[in-house]
Amino acid sequence: MDKLPLTTLRTPFTNQRPQSNYLRAVLAIAWKDLAAELRSRELLSSMLVFSLLVILIFYFALELDVKAREGITAGALWVTFAFAGTLGLNRSMAVEKDRGCLDGLLLAPVDRSAIYFGKAISNLAFMLIVEAVVLPVYSVMYNINLFNLGLIGVTLLGSVGYIAVGTLLAAMSVQTRTRDVLLPILLFPLVIPVLVAAVKASSGFLLALEMSEILPWLNILIVYDVIFIAVAFMVFDYVVEE
Amino acid sequence: MIEVKKLVKRFGMKAVLRGVDFQVEPGEFVALLGPNGAGKTTFLRILSSLSRPSMGLVKVAGFALPAHSASVRQRLGVVSHMPLLYGDLTAEENLQFYGRIYNIPALNERISEVLDMVGLATRRRDMVRTFSRGMQQRLAIGRAVLHDPDVMLFDEPYTGLDQDASEMLDGVLKNVAAVGRTVVMTSHDLARAEELATRFDILSRGVIAASATHAELGNSNLLTFYKQALAG
Amino acid sequence: MSPQPRVLKVLNVLSALLVLVAFLMAMFYAPLEKVMGEVQRVFYFHVATAWVGMLGFIAAAVVAVIFLRTQDLKWDVIGLAAVEISLVFFLVAIVLGSIWARPAWGTWWTWEPRLTTAAILEMVYLAYLLLRQGIEDPDRRARFGAVYTLLGGLSVPLTFISIRIFRTIHPVVIGGGGSEKMGMTGSMVATMLFSIAVFSIVFVTLFWHRIRLGQFSDKVEQLKLKVTQ
Repeated sequence: MDKLPLTTLRTPFTNQRPQSNYLRAVLAIAWKDLAAELRSRELLSSMLVFSLLVILIFYFALELDVKAREGITAGALWVTFAFAGTLGLNRSMAVEKDRGCLDGLLLAPVDRSAIYFGKAISNLAFMLIVEAVVLPVYSVMYNINLFNLGLIGVTLLGSVGYIAVGTLLAAMSVQTRTRDVLLPILLFPLVIPVLVAAVKASSGFLLALEMSEILPWLNILIVYDVIFIAVAFMVFDYVVEE
Repeated sequence: MIEVKKLVKRFGMKAVLRGVDFQVEPGEFVALLGPNGAGKTTFLRILSSLSRPSMGLVKVAGFALPAHSASVRQRLGVVSHMPLLYGDLTAEENLQFYGRIYNIPALNERISEVLDMVGLATRRRDMVRTFSRGMQQRLAIGRAVLHDPDVMLFDEPYTGLDQDASEMLDGVLKNVAAVGRTVVMTSHDLARAEELATRFDILSRGVIAASATHAELGNSNLLTFYKQALAG
Repeated sequence: MSPQPRVLKVLNVLSALLVLVAFLMAMFYAPLEKVMGEVQRVFYFHVATAWVGMLGFIAAAVVAVIFLRTQDLKWDVIGLAAVEISLVFFLVAIVLGSIWARPAWGTWWTWEPRLTTAAILEMVYLAYLLLRQGIEDPDRRARFGAVYTLLGGLSVPLTFISIRIFRTIHPVVIGGGGSEKMGMTGSMVATMLFSIAVFSIVFVTLFWHRIRLGQFSDKVEQLKLKVTQ
């Protein structure tokens, strides 16, 4: 058994208290999630396996290798991302709630919104990692070239909007009785503009349509992202305080 | 250091705290005792700024809550019965995380110091998932003192600990309090409370039913004092 | 339990009477539409209930913001009432719309912007109710409800816009574009406006009743607690 030293803790600080740094806190939270995930890989593996299964199911359900693929591809991809996303969001928040760690974060002398941004960044990272794997796999399986800069840009914009709202709603749903089940129910109706715009814009890029046709969809995505990041930032306090 | 006047906390229409008056001078070690459901955890959550008071005045380290909660949190260390630690990270990484959030300078040295104090220096690079409950509690205390707080709040820290672990925790608690920190601890373990604390307050049915310092208690038993307070 | 204030009692009677009058107007006063026939009469109530649903939606979103700023629980009851009423009225509007659509477009349902958005809005409302159901603490329930209502209030208009850009075949009622023009004669317009006015009054009546109901149920909870303590 370890012998306890009896030295008291030196107090390096005098009267000056170090002021908490917002950016450092946000990055610390994001880093913490990523580091923990790198160890256990639970979240990523479940999201990945789920996504690949969904794509496989789509083959049988929609006969995806039939000619008119480019039309459905964007839709199939986004349905996959939307469902896999809820897995990640749920898991990421559950970790905080289960061990009481949310309190640990709330005790930090930073603005609450730092927690929101930190979590949102790590959630976004997870979603992007999954998408980065799914897109090539889909390309290979269905013989479609998805290495389209426009498509990747749209995926990024859409994911940001999805995660912005998803992180906020996950923080709410994890505090209810129904927990995991509630998140998709709360999230999907609100995230429809993202899905519609992302699918249309993606299809537009895949079918090499005129930029003027794709632009309205990109506008919607950007407007959605900006509005909801701002609102989530303002409203997060109400969701975590008691 | 801690000043509470007529604190009321309601959940919806149910009042859990009904006018608590509570004063703690710097350096005091107060054991907050009371039956389950008396409101001890709620009270501690309000002091730690995790919960907002419905009515009344609450001041910690000279700052009013909930207005200046960030300033309070800078000077506050909290240990609850949940470890507040991330299982998939090592002890070192957990402390690094909290150190960054509190923006502590010279973090690595500080971590070494703290790990030494709680006797976990050899387990620095081990994942917290592999720690026993007692070790997790010790690390939790380490986390709580990392930013050198003036006030420490302990909510039932001995929950789930065996004899050896409890004795270790005694040592750490004495260490932590010895530097002149103000401590408020809730506990069901009267014997331990009697040994560690300088003052005993009994919370019953949402108010402080009785309060006595060690000196005032004199020769009488803490248990009889406790029972009398609850009966009256 | 305070009895119904006199104004409310008057409103009860007035609402019932006016709905009857509006119904009669729609059935007999308004002329027969030449393309669709009798079924078209459903349209007056369809538009009126959809209009009231919109009122409820806007009310809910505004009240949500007020609650978040004031943290006064009385706004929570009002917000809940607005959502519930809007939910029911939109449901009626959707059903009436389907009844109208079947002979007009040959289908019970169509994925055009307004209808689709209404359906999505219903899902948002249901999600709101499910969210509230999963929370015990009244303060938290109110806060989460308000946050979700606010998010919905912002998201649904965006949804509508995005689906609108998709396509539109919904008839534009008073002049305006689209392949199906529906010009309306004077008496038709009168019936329409009257229906809208009537249902606005019905909305106020139901709203008032629902808020009273919410307040009573809160009082009951309070009394229950007093007894058990």
